[in-house]
Amino acid sequence: MTPNRPTLVVEGLRTHFFTKAGVLKAVDDVSFAVSRGRVLGLVGESGSGKTVTGFSLIGLVDPPGRVVGGSVLFKGEELVGAPEQRLRALRGNRVAMIFQDPMMTLNPVLRIDTQMIEAVQAHDPKVDRETARARARDALGRVGIPSPDERLKAYPHQFSGGMRQRVAIAIALLNHPDLVIADEPTTALDVTIQGQILYEVQKLCRDTGAALIWITHDLSVIAGLADEVCVMYAGRVVESGSVGDVLDRPLHPYTVGLIGSVPSRNRRGQKLAQIPGMTPSLLNLAPGCPFRARCARADQACAEPPPETRPVPGRTLRCFHPQSAHPGTGRAA
Amino acid sequence: MTQPSPILELRDVTKRFVRPLDLAAKIANLFGAGLKSETVHAVDHVSLGVSDGEVVGLVGESGCGKSTLGRIVAGIHRPTTGERLWRGTAIDALPPSEQRAVELKVQMIFQDPMSSLNPRLRVSDIVGEAPVVHGVVPAAERDAYVGELLQRVGLDAAFRRRYPHQFSGGQRARIGIARALAVKPEFLVCDEAVAALDVSIQAQVLNLFMDLRRDLGLTYLFISHDLGVVEHLSDRVIIMYLGRFVEIAPTEELFRAPNHPYTKALLAEVPRLDARKRDFAPVKGEIPSPLNPPPGCHFHPRCPRATARCRAEVPALKEIAPGRWAACHLNDAR
Ligand SMILES: Nc1ncnc2c1ncn2[C@@H]1O[C@H](COP(=O)(O)OP(=O)(O)OP(=O)(O)O)[C@@H](O)[C@H]1O
Ligand SMILES: Nc1ncnc2c1ncn2[C@@H]1O[C@H](COP(=O)(O)OP(=O)(O)OP(=O)(O)O)[C@@H](O)[C@H]1O
Ligand code: SF4
Ligand code: SF4
Ligand SMILES: [Mg+2]
Ligand SMILES: [Mg+2]
Repeated sequence: MTPNRPTLVVEGLRTHFFTKAGVLKAVDDVSFAVSRGRVLGLVGESGSGKTVTGFSLIGLVDPPGRVVGGSVLFKGEELVGAPEQRLRALRGNRVAMIFQDPMMTLNPVLRIDTQMIEAVQAHDPKVDRETARARARDALGRVGIPSPDERLKAYPHQFSGGMRQRVAIAIALLNHPDLVIADEPTTALDVTIQGQILYEVQKLCRDTGAALIWITHDLSVIAGLADEVCVMYAGRVVESGSVGDVLDRPLHPYTVGLIGSVPSRNRRGQKLAQIPGMTPSLLNLAPGCPFRARCARADQACAEPPPETRPVPGRTLRCFHPQSAHPGTGRAA
Repeated sequence: MTQPSPILELRDVTKRFVRPLDLAAKIANLFGAGLKSETVHAVDHVSLGVSDGEVVGLVGESGCGKSTLGRIVAGIHRPTTGERLWRGTAIDALPPSEQRAVELKVQMIFQDPMSSLNPRLRVSDIVGEAPVVHGVVPAAERDAYVGELLQRVGLDAAFRRRYPHQFSGGQRARIGIARALAVKPEFLVCDEAVAALDVSIQAQVLNLFMDLRRDLGLTYLFISHDLGVVEHLSDRVIIMYLGRFVEIAPTEELFRAPNHPYTKALLAEVPRLDARKRDFAPVKGEIPSPLNPPPGCHFHPRCPRATARCRAEVPALKEIAPGRWAACHLNDAR
């Protein structure tokens, strides 16, 4: 963990969708950074802007969406506004993306070996087929696919869901990317298979030093995997910091509520500490704190948008009336 | 610990599905491929008794037969073999009118609140139709009754004029629950009833289930792949693997001291909020296909303690301590 410059620095990122019904601010002033060999968890409920954030980093947002502001520095290079050609060269090479549905990565009509050899050669045309094939075989072995030599000749539909996801991960990591963006890749999988994939990903990032952004709605996965966490709500990072700090001493009322609603945090059979109401529509969202309709601590001040503050070193927060920061406050007041 | 006599019971129930050949296979057969239709043993000789007011959690990985079992309990599927009993009486032996009465007593709540609600019907019809048809309430009182039910599940009574698409996921889940409650059931089968919901909304719906249990004395079979949810809600937990029960235990005991190697592996893999930056050490191997399950103990290809006996002989589900059951040969050696 050298105190180098982080692999990725995101500052004030804004992505808006210009729909017929109005402007939808899917990502609204999001900042974070992730370094070599570190795992950043991006957690939030459905529609909070996690996927759009991931897509915005590498120029995958399609109209009517557009990155309208901010900066994405990848190893010092600005990616916001970079030519499509440059972004395409980075994707599947220095930056890899793993999706919830592995078929976003895999081509259903091509054999696995064809796809993997293509991926290697696209990155480095000088590599001959046999070397590329050997690299592909090693990559499959590393993600725990048994008898990789035979498996190379198979088509995607001949694999189970968990295996397919592992192949997609093997392809993503084939060229030793510096940054991996994983968008809920285990959400559709069973616990034991999820465990296998978390294990492989953890090992690969440790071994290769890739920086990893893990997007999920599951705080418990973040707890086990990530170093830092950003909690997203309505397109904003409402709280961030080290996993230990944020999960043990949450400051934002939403984070407090989210942790309180996890069943294992509650006494068996007791009522769960629920957050009232539901997430607001992002379309034409009123100014002010987007959480205020559900927040027990809200007052007139919250009609203004809370600015991002740094209450303690290493933490960011967007709230006028945070939970006090002493231990044992992991419950809604 | 003797169990009180069960409200609902399954005795040695099996459900087989025959998967017919698809077009490609039929064509291949024209060229002499000799493919046969395949049989899935979705539920393979299981017995189960649920006591009045009890919450039984059913856990297992995708395709292990949880939904099939839930449908059998709810009377939606008929078992291929075996018996289903309501308060000690075989349901098939009852006269048709009483069979229908029993069917109303057991209601099922499904995973996807959107696809299980007819998009063209108003909430008042979705919730109010069955109780009128079955004579639970007179037609004239339908609207008031629906209003009451909506309030019962935490919705505004005025919502009864609306259509399903006008609601959020959590609200639709509540409508599904109101519909099930409308015929005054005693037993609810919840099949991944909160799986599609966000954590904060999931907590609201789980709290509702607990309130309903307290206020209406309901009994539940709660199916979920989420061990945290099952642990929170259930009195007793059943772990299922490829159509069979591998372990049954009171919730606290199961989580404190799991017996079956599969249960142990499952518990070790559950991500937990308090398990920080841990090393994941996974169960090896794939979940085998239910079309072609491994012989003997279905878990043997993935089991770190498998022996030759495990590959040949099916372990019986045995009582290993009062109220605790497990199907593993290791228990014989003790
Ligand atoms: N192509 C699009 N056109 C209009 N709005 C969009 C589009 N894509 C996403 N959005 C909106 O942007 C917001 C953020 O969506 P996003 O997919 O990032 O959420 P998410 O946090 O990934 O949610 P989930 O957990 O459900 O995947 C949502 O309100 C969504 O409706
Ligand atoms: N109507 C059907 N016809 C044929 N096969 C079926 C049918 N219903 C279920 N099956 C098969 O029976 C097995 C058990 O399915 P079931 O839906 O009960 O599993 P499950 O445990 O509920 O899985 P999940 O967690 O994915 O919902 C599977 O192999 C499934 O493909
Ligand atoms: S800014 Fe106000 S409304 Fe928003 S979370 Fe903080 S206290 Fe609640
Ligand atoms: S019977 Fe054998 S294979 Fe099955 S769980 Fe027990 S030890 Fe493992
Ligand atoms: Mg998403
Ligand atoms: Mg199911």
